[in-house]
Amino acid sequence: MTDTWIILGATSSMARAFARAVGERGNGVIVAGRDIDDLKALAGDLAARGAANATAMRFDARDAKSFEPILKAVALEAGNINVASFVGSMPNQDEIDTDPSLIDGVVVDNFTGPARFLAEIAPQLEARGGGSVVGVSSVAGDRGRIGNYVYGAAKAGFATYLSGLRNRLGRAGGHVVTVKPGFVDTSMTWGIEGMFLVAAPEKVAGDILKAVEKKKNVIYTPSFWWLIMTIIKLIPERVFKKLSI
Amino acid sequence: MLWNETDTTGWGRVHKAHGPVARPERASHLARLMQDNPAPAQGARRSYNDSALNDGGRAIDMTRIDKILHFDEASGVIEVEAGVRLGEILRLFGPRGWIPAVLPGTGFPTVGGAIAHDIHGKNHHVAGSFGQHVLSVTLIQPGGKRITASPTRNKTLFRATMGGIGQTGVIVSAKLQLAPTPGPNMRVISTRVEGFDEFLALLDASPHSYNVGWIDGTAKGASLGRGILEEAELADGDAPTAPTRGKPVPFDLPGLALSAPVVKLFNAAWWRKVPTEGKVQTMPIAAHLFPLDRLTDWNRLYGKRGFHQFQCVVPLAEAGVLREMLEQIARAGLASPLSVLKRMGPGRAGMLSFPSEGYTLAIDFPARVKAEALIDRLEAMAAEAGGRLYLGKDARASGETIKAMYPEWQAWAAEAAKADPEGVLITDLVRRLGLRDLA
Repeated sequence: MTDTWIILGATSSMARAFARAVGERGNGVIVAGRDIDDLKALAGDLAARGAANATAMRFDARDAKSFEPILKAVALEAGNINVASFVGSMPNQDEIDTDPSLIDGVVVDNFTGPARFLAEIAPQLEARGGGSVVGVSSVAGDRGRIGNYVYGAAKAGFATYLSGLRNRLGRAGGHVVTVKPGFVDTSMTWGIEGMFLVAAPEKVAGDILKAVEKKKNVIYTPSFWWLIMTIIKLIPERVFKKLSI
Repeated sequence: MLWNETDTTGWGRVHKAHGPVARPERASHLARLMQDNPAPAQGARRSYNDSALNDGGRAIDMTRIDKILHFDEASGVIEVEAGVRLGEILRLFGPRGWIPAVLPGTGFPTVGGAIAHDIHGKNHHVAGSFGQHVLSVTLIQPGGKRITASPTRNKTLFRATMGGIGQTGVIVSAKLQLAPTPGPNMRVISTRVEGFDEFLALLDASPHSYNVGWIDGTAKGASLGRGILEEAELADGDAPTAPTRGKPVPFDLPGLALSAPVVKLFNAAWWRKVPTEGKVQTMPIAAHLFPLDRLTDWNRLYGKRGFHQFQCVVPLAEAGVLREMLEQIARAGLASPLSVLKRMGPGRAGMLSFPSEGYTLAIDFPARVKAEALIDRLEAMAAEAGGRLYLGKDARASGETIKAMYPEWQAWAAEAAKADPEGVLITDLVRRLGLRDLA
């Protein structure tokens, strides 16, 4: 029986690498996002790589009406349903400071949009008694830093939500992996100064898949970010508030 | 951020460029870039020289435009975006019975780069060049015009694009005829060769499809041109084991690493590895064709100053000049491990394609003054013998020399001018050689 993976925010390079990893293992894949032409091309790519089937569907974190057709489509599939959310947006903190109304969109894209989708699909996972959820949060959610604390706050909210969802789905045989990537070589980090130890999207996708298979709860990827963030979290607030790291 | 202000180099790391590079993630982003800010494309930057570089100007990194658009299992026809890497096609479709008809010595190059340099492989004498297996190619030209060319449609544009070093438009996608394989492996026969003349005789007589001669460029006298001949055929067998991840060379090695005595020892050991009676092995295709891919970033072995690869092809009747070259190389004591000697067939797809019938010699040299002087001498010898240098590798020749080797260059330049009248696709290589200066 083939499983189905729903990939939310599938046009990003990290999502694309993960979709390829699950597609090449013969799963069915629904790639969902806003750029439907690109997603159709991606679906073709996944089919050529050996996905049991691959479909492009519209998903917009800011438009809950776009959730319904996806929920309906997977309701008909046999096998386990799995969801991986790579949805997110990261406007410049300066832009947000100039126009605070941007905060609403950042929170929807990084937290409430995917959270609501997961809440709506959770009953299906519970009814089937299995399936995995991958939620991509960020190391930026571990501590509010001057450079991107709105993005970080939204990712932190999402991570806390995933923790609760793990508690809920675990009782029904499902599993939730919270993923905290460090710097990944995506369009989000391209050309931004101060990037170091940047990981390839394929490396991150491989780490995520391993975490799903081993039913890990929270992973940092690449794994050395666990150490970096542990140190950063240990810095006392009275010191941290003066740092601009 | 759209533009990344960054430093780039060719594979040999002698040429460097600084400028803004965009890396579109989707075909639609690429189309918009070509409308608003057209720039030359770069793929894996595995060309040794400045073919992918545009110092002081913009460039478009194509490695994320990498989708497989269509694959037909029955016919082996595949349509891919230009950023797909050749090794990826081999990895995905080899186990299903189809491989790229032409594969070079590494799996990292992109399809776009393979077309732009009309690359060749160990099977050139039977399969011809990469471009001969391209059924059609789609370009976006500056301003955003999309145009498809094939051997029967927009023929001149097609011939100007195969090996056309990216000057007829940015290659977006291509339809390729893959070659059938009975399995994911190769059966490789290795033979010790005692000297240059024996090497030529064996290459001439070989009935096999994938041939390569590894030459010990440090051997002199009676051993001049000694080496290992590897003849291979595609073969069936168990699916290849998952390719082990490449081990990176973590930092630039000091010059000592590839100094003359070290190279001499390495080459001698390599030569003795094959027993006198020869050996036969079966291995995954990638293991045989891409021997250096296990050592990612191996170009760092040459240290910060980088290296050159000299490659020429000379007509069959001029094999003697290669012997003279080897004598000079051995005498200079500047050779690097593993030089390559091969017999090529006549197959070529474009106006600026490198391959032509004859023998080709490829050899690495560290970028040092003495080596560069030697390369200049070797290039002059190749020119005099009616031979040709490779635009994906050469970093030293003058425009005059290159133009004499590529008699169709003006027809090519005219086609490039039609596609890119303002010259926004001009790269450092094209500028250095003056290849688009028609006057």
